[in-house]
Amino acid sequence: MHIPDGFINGTTSLGAGVIAAGGVGGALRQSAARLKDRQIPLAGLVAAFVFVLQMLNFPVLPGMSGHLLGGALAAILMGPSVAVVVVSVVIILQAMLFADGGVSALGLNLINMAVVTTLSGWFMFRLVRAPFRASRRAVLGASFVAATLSVVVSAVMFVVEYAIGGVGGVNLFNVLLLMAGSHLLIGIGEGFITVAVVGAVLQARPDLVFGASDLTAEGGPRLPMKRFWILAGVAAAILVSLTVFASSNPDGLQWVAEQTGFAQGAQGSLTATSPLSNYGAAGLSAGAGRIVAAAVGMVVTFLLGWVTFTILRRRSPV
Amino acid sequence: MSGGHAHALHIHGHSVVHRLPGHLKVAALFLFVVAVVATPARAVWAFGLYASVLGLVAGLAGVPVRFIARRMLVEVPFLAFAVLLPLVGEGPFLEFGGVRLSEAGVLAAWTILAKGSCGVVASILLAATTEIPDILAGLNRLRAPKAIVAIAGFMVRYLEVISGEMARMRVAMAARGYEPKAFWQVKALATSAGALFIRSYERGERVYMAMVSRGYAGSMPTFGEVPTLTADVVRALALPGLAIITAAVALVVSG
Repeated sequence: MHIPDGFINGTTSLGAGVIAAGGVGGALRQSAARLKDRQIPLAGLVAAFVFVLQMLNFPVLPGMSGHLLGGALAAILMGPSVAVVVVSVVIILQAMLFADGGVSALGLNLINMAVVTTLSGWFMFRLVRAPFRASRRAVLGASFVAATLSVVVSAVMFVVEYAIGGVGGVNLFNVLLLMAGSHLLIGIGEGFITVAVVGAVLQARPDLVFGASDLTAEGGPRLPMKRFWILAGVAAAILVSLTVFASSNPDGLQWVAEQTGFAQGAQGSLTATSPLSNYGAAGLSAGAGRIVAAAVGMVVTFLLGWVTFTILRRRSPV
Repeated sequence: MSGGHAHALHIHGHSVVHRLPGHLKVAALFLFVVAVVATPARAVWAFGLYASVLGLVAGLAGVPVRFIARRMLVEVPFLAFAVLLPLVGEGPFLEFGGVRLSEAGVLAAWTILAKGSCGVVASILLAATTEIPDILAGLNRLRAPKAIVAIAGFMVRYLEVISGEMARMRVAMAARGYEPKAFWQVKALATSAGALFIRSYERGERVYMAMVSRGYAGSMPTFGEVPTLTADVVRALALPGLAIITAAVALVVSG
């Protein structure tokens, strides 16, 4: 997931750098009050933990491994603004010390892995938790959904960046299918690990889980039901319109596959072992294609939902 | 475990490159990479020049080629993507040994290979010649936000705590005949991760208490800043300066 130098053109990288600086700067300002003395070591620990988790690779498709992003986990443990800062530290050090992700692509990587993953993860955590009573089970269920989808959202963000300034004439729909599809699987792994960590911490040290602070006596953030229904309505409307669009073009995937040479994948030994060819085989059948399309739809839905949420929050007097 | 202790990415040495102050090296890395990315991909000669200059710096710093090559493995996933680009890209196509290659795809693959590799090698050289505390101090001097530098400092300290803890847990699992590798064994990985967090946090808390009892009050003590020498600035800017000139020439030449 780490974008190297030269993968996305200079102008886009520069623009992303400015946006990322703004995002991380905003998160720093928001978290300034919370990042005092005692919180800094905990933030450092979560950063180190996210770093180690990103090294835990697990196979997703034959020949392809994925790693955790840790953004949703950090947000659930430390709250969204601190989490953005924490994951940013991880991404910055990875670029500078471990050559993982290009220095010029730092803005892109920060947007994908520090800002979008964390904030979308937090948004979905709140959204899923909202209709349930504050319980351990609700927190864990929401953690799973949030972590899984945050990875997919991050992958889709990569495709957006690739669309704006990517090199090479690859069909965008292909990149989208490959990224969203494979990251749905990575996301499920992320979901399991996030639930396990949140569950373990909740059991041993519930005071360390920001997203479950309402489970303890102090009381904590909770999404008002009215807002939840508005978000759920917007999400449903988008999902329905996407499904209608997808089912009215059932041959779209087939056409794309033939156009871009997925169909020839089996011929060359090079492509035969690649995730693309495996994916192509799966993607060619209409059923699997629709599942992917549905997953993509969900991502778009949640992204839009997040935007709505942000706008709504800004208008509310609190 | 202390901050001053050399990390695995570091190659001990006393070369010119090692001795340059951290903030200048960090700035040089950024400038160099930006220049590389700005260079048009069709200017192949420029990338040859970058590669040889990086080679020169590696030679000066005494960083072995094998070390760099091994560290470059992080690039592999994107290189795989780069290799696929000519095969899955769209037309116009080139016929090459019976294989149909997309022209845009070939150029894109070259761009990723050339620019990505230059960036990776430059970062490896920074890590190999600079101790982590120097990099953090350098970020501080470059006016990076204090919270970022402070968290990074703790992250680096806790990293060894966590990886040590993780290694012990892995050994314990392997000793009991269990080495989870496949996707359906993710539960084992997941529960280890949960245990790892609690264990590390509790060890980290002790580290924190130890720091507080030794006078830590929210920020690390800083010693007086050594004034930056002009000679050091000149040395540090030699690499990015050359790259910027090359990029400018390449931009003019290939229009």
